[in-house]
Amino acid sequence: MADKAEKRISRIPMPEQDPKVRARNFLEVPTGYTVKMAQEEAARCLQCKKPGCVEGCPVGVDIPGFIDLISRGDFTGAIRNLWSKNALPAVCGRVCPQEIQCEGRCIVGKKGEPVAIGNLERFCADYEREHGTGALPPKQSPTGKKVAVIGSGPSGLTVAGDLIVKGHDVTIFEAFHKAGGVLIYGIPEFRLPKAIVAQEVNFLERLGVKIECNAVVGRTVSLDELFEQGYDAIYVGVGAGLPRFMNIPGENLVGILSANEYLTRANLMKAYKFPDVDTPIPHGKNVVVLGAGNVAMDAARTAMRLGADSVKIVYRRSRDEMPARKAEIHHAEEEGIEMFLLTNPTRYLGNDKGRLTGMECLRMELGEPDESGRRRPVAVKGSEFTIDCDLCIVAVGSGANPLLTSETPDMKLNKWGYVITDEKTGKTTKKGVWAGGDIVTGAATVILAMGAGRQAADSMHDFLTLGW
Amino acid sequence: MFTIVRREELAGGTVILNEIEAPQIAKKARPGQFVILKANEDGERIPLTMAETDPDKGTITIIYMVVGKSTALFRDLQVGDGYQDVIGPLGKATHLEKVGKVVCVGGGTGVAVLHPITRALKEIGNDVTCIIGARTKDLLILEEQMKNASHDLRICTDDGSYGHHGFVTDVLKEVLNQGDIKQVVAIGPVPMMKAVSALTKQYEVPTLVSLNPIMVDGTGMCGGCRVTVGGATKFACVDGPEFDGHQVDYDELIMRLRAYQEDEKKCHEEYCTIRDAR
Repeated sequence: MADKAEKRISRIPMPEQDPKVRARNFLEVPTGYTVKMAQEEAARCLQCKKPGCVEGCPVGVDIPGFIDLISRGDFTGAIRNLWSKNALPAVCGRVCPQEIQCEGRCIVGKKGEPVAIGNLERFCADYEREHGTGALPPKQSPTGKKVAVIGSGPSGLTVAGDLIVKGHDVTIFEAFHKAGGVLIYGIPEFRLPKAIVAQEVNFLERLGVKIECNAVVGRTVSLDELFEQGYDAIYVGVGAGLPRFMNIPGENLVGILSANEYLTRANLMKAYKFPDVDTPIPHGKNVVVLGAGNVAMDAARTAMRLGADSVKIVYRRSRDEMPARKAEIHHAEEEGIEMFLLTNPTRYLGNDKGRLTGMECLRMELGEPDESGRRRPVAVKGSEFTIDCDLCIVAVGSGANPLLTSETPDMKLNKWGYVITDEKTGKTTKKGVWAGGDIVTGAATVILAMGAGRQAADSMHDFLTLGW
Repeated sequence: MFTIVRREELAGGTVILNEIEAPQIAKKARPGQFVILKANEDGERIPLTMAETDPDKGTITIIYMVVGKSTALFRDLQVGDGYQDVIGPLGKATHLEKVGKVVCVGGGTGVAVLHPITRALKEIGNDVTCIIGARTKDLLILEEQMKNASHDLRICTDDGSYGHHGFVTDVLKEVLNQGDIKQVVAIGPVPMMKAVSALTKQYEVPTLVSLNPIMVDGTGMCGGCRVTVGGATKFACVDGPEFDGHQVDYDELIMRLRAYQEDEKKCHEEYCTIRDAR
């Protein structure tokens, strides 16, 4: 008995590439569970009658259900179970913040480590990809209704997946030349291999979803023109995507990039293979990344892989307030990324060629909590110091991209430019148009965008079949 | 794929014209807007302002100078070949208004971008003088088209091989001295736009310039194309590409355009070596 209790407490760790090795390659960091590991980990699940984990999941995955199927060796059954609630399990298993969602509510976690739900989800998706039959979930008969989905990121893919199986004719419009949105341009290969995103997109295509790349809705075509072309309903999931800068002197020096630009060059354009591909990317010796979210960690770890001598995260609050997932912070530190916490840059320094040479910073201390609930950083007088750097990546968040919304005057926006929607349904103020994800909430997570997509898809289905 | 239906070599093969099938873009595009083109899977996303659009035929025309590997790749595409990706129309269209006497100044391949704007300015009833320039006669493009698009065409070459011997600013000064010029539009190399803007500022004539900074997505997402205009940071892809020439920080733009110079040079040389070896 003691043995069994012991077993329940210690979680099966996911094997990972050695930090020293992986810090210089773009291969995925965690290498995945074997069948044996997955079944051992699945056996730790208590199969609670009232599972907290499901409540913690924004798309309501039947977590005890799929874990039970794994422990019984029915991996095909497990992936079917997952697909019924989640069109992107290979993605979610890798990038969801499980520690504050499903795993954060796990009863096993009260006494020891929670069940590794994310790792198990990933295992199912990977097992199906490598060993599965390729069989598709069942589809309802055609309704004759046409749906346009704007943006092929996580929320758009979810809407497309939900509505295609409900029998609607779905077309996704993507501004970039490749589908996947932030999963392609934003999240690096070492955290989410592009082949896996391509696989998920291909899964939707096999279900019958059409994808039109290079279509900038708002420019190439407007929402009203899509209605004229016969679409019955439209989902807007264009993401946030307007980079924020800090508005401090010297910001336009050569060597200062938004994380969006840096990561797009590296991920979408595969600039780390330059000159085998044509898109260049700046290689810094001493790199500073401003911000401490997941995007900042991704940028820092990319810079390290591109051969930097040193990479520093500069963040004005303390470790407790860092918004990135704990696992990502841990991975970054293991790879040699230094944390300059309670540090705020005040101006950039450049040479006579207009290139970045460093930045002046101030030390900070924490005062009372501000509107965000996080303790407000206050500058320590006279604490100026300089960090030498030749590349700075700004990852301090993003605002609402006005490209589509400015061309759609009858869709109401809030004062920050985000689309106003009905909380329960995702309906916008424009008839026949729904919205969700970062263009509604501001920059958030993949799974929240998917949750918004799920809600909107249900409401769109009602509208398309019942008329409301 | 976006098929090339017409290909011409201008200025002795250093400048290439491609007419490309892109019906959706052709239908929507207005003078001053640009597209982003990508030759193949591993290609770079290159922004180019459209020289022409034909909504009936469903084609757009781009004219570019071969400067690096990406444009060298573009040059190698023949009629029947195509670009893997063409995205657009992007950016704001030129604000066109009947104001009276206007001067359009073009340099190098900037003349291609200037052409539809010049024609539109003439069509809505402006009195259009055009000044176009190049280093030497052989590099001058679209002379005939610019003649048709304006009331008065003046030509300059740096080496005096054709037209006025000297810079476009010399001729512009003469025209400005005659007075009553309501607007100047200048499109060409950044140093040219800088010189024109400095001159027209003295005469207090509003001046529009079209900027072509380094850019990746062209939809406001990457912020790579930021330029300082009137002391504020603007994104050329969504706020531009046209700006008030008197407000642009050209020195910063020149500096930012050099960001990848060494990488590009190496990449281009390597490509040409491989290409010549074949």
